[in-house]
Amino acid sequence: MAPNTSLLTVAVQVRDLVRRYDDRAVLDGVELDIAPGEFVALLGKSGSGKSTLLRALAGLDSDVAGSGELVVPANVSVVFQDSRLLPWARVLDNVVLGLRGADDRGRQSLAEVGLAGREQAWPNELSGGEQQRVALARSLVREPELLLADEPFGALDALTRLKMHVLLRKLCTAHQPAVLLVTHDVDEAIVLADRVIVLDEGKLVAEELISLSTPRSPADPGFAAVRSRLLDALGVSL
Amino acid sequence: MSATTLPGLRTREAGGTTVVRRRRLGLGKPIRFGSAIGPVLLLVVWSIGSATGWIDQRVLSAPWTVVTTAGDLIADGRLQSNLWTSAQRALIGLALGIVLGVVLALLSGLSRIGEAVLDAPIQIKRAIPSLALLPLLILWLGIGESMKIVTILLGVLVPIYIHTHNGLRTIDSRYVELAQTVGLSRWDFIRRVVLPGALPGFLLGLRFAVTGAWLSLVVVEQINSTSGIGNMMELARTYGQTGIIIVGLVLYGALGLLSDAVVRLIQRRALTWRRTLAS
Repeated sequence: MAPNTSLLTVAVQVRDLVRRYDDRAVLDGVELDIAPGEFVALLGKSGSGKSTLLRALAGLDSDVAGSGELVVPANVSVVFQDSRLLPWARVLDNVVLGLRGADDRGRQSLAEVGLAGREQAWPNELSGGEQQRVALARSLVREPELLLADEPFGALDALTRLKMHVLLRKLCTAHQPAVLLVTHDVDEAIVLADRVIVLDEGKLVAEELISLSTPRSPADPGFAAVRSRLLDALGVSL
Repeated sequence: MSATTLPGLRTREAGGTTVVRRRRLGLGKPIRFGSAIGPVLLLVVWSIGSATGWIDQRVLSAPWTVVTTAGDLIADGRLQSNLWTSAQRALIGLALGIVLGVVLALLSGLSRIGEAVLDAPIQIKRAIPSLALLPLLILWLGIGESMKIVTILLGVLVPIYIHTHNGLRTIDSRYVELAQTVGLSRWDFIRRVVLPGALPGFLLGLRFAVTGAWLSLVVVEQINSTSGIGNMMELARTYGQTGIIIVGLVLYGALGLLSDAVVRLIQRRALTWRRTLAS
């Protein structure tokens, strides 16, 4: 990771980021650049500080002690592991939450995630996968320069997850936000990302540029090689 | 092989497989109009008792006497005018109590200063039964309408405040986080997240409040009152007219049930987004 001095060519710049809970450094000097439109997947064991890093970028850690330099775009969207839809608001109202006069854009966004016609449904009436697609629409209707996703498919079944991978890839190609996807699924990281980074004990310990052709398949020999290097970095020996 | 099989009986079905019909341990199918059986039975016992003279007319009027008494009261307009007076008191007290309870809950639920100033006094008020304040309220406000309405208001205020405040404070912090990430303004946050999130709590408080309003009404109308259902019953006591007392009781019961049904209807309409065990 060469330090990038020009702000115009980076969407995210993190320098010497430290975050502490009770004197334990959960992030211990993280350095990270993400280029505009770049899709970065962040892997790590549980407790490695993945979510802490994402929350720092999202500005959701004002009550956490720490230091460091953090540059993020003005327009950041977050997708959580749970869809986090307001159960008392209809689907379209959830998508355009906090936006004024954006109903048409909201409808378009819902159509993009394949939910045209469900605008007036209640979130409870949707399946888990559909709810997560609404959450994606809610993020993308804001045309974010940075999309932060915290294990967004972690609660979905395997088949739905595969479909969501295809959808997310498509949406990111169309909207070109910089993406930081936190996941513990190595295959998911390789399938989706331009670059995979590994966080361990609060430090970035490995990085893999993924140059495999899309669509990527685990059957690809290149895939297997990347996979085994990443698993190594995660301390999993097969 | 017959279609009707006894529970626990081993039978040979058409396909030739042997199945065991298990004895059912649940309650089984509900009885049609089951909830009417108890009251009807009570009415039957009452009627038989009155007809045979087993129930003394001076203790409890016969059902038909109650019906004719109600007819007489309606005919001379006493029932309607007393009912209207009572309903007015209850509704004004209820409306004022709801508004004040919600405002106090918002002030105390949405700011730390508000909580510090308001919460403890209201909790103290909660520990004192409204009716115990009556002597003081009579000294302050006299025995007129304002005393009656304030008593009802105080009874309504507490459940509305407690449940709305609790609703506000138990809104999932994940939604607060979401509101931050989508950059909601404070007003939008209140309008889109806080108020709808606290609505189930408020409506639960409303059910308690409505019941409480009728309860307070009964008490304030039976002391120092010249009109209303309670006053009508109180006069009937002096003259030993049990028929009128029963009419009053039936009215209170009907009003209580009716208002609870109205609140539950509002609840169903306002909370259509909820899918609960009951639905």
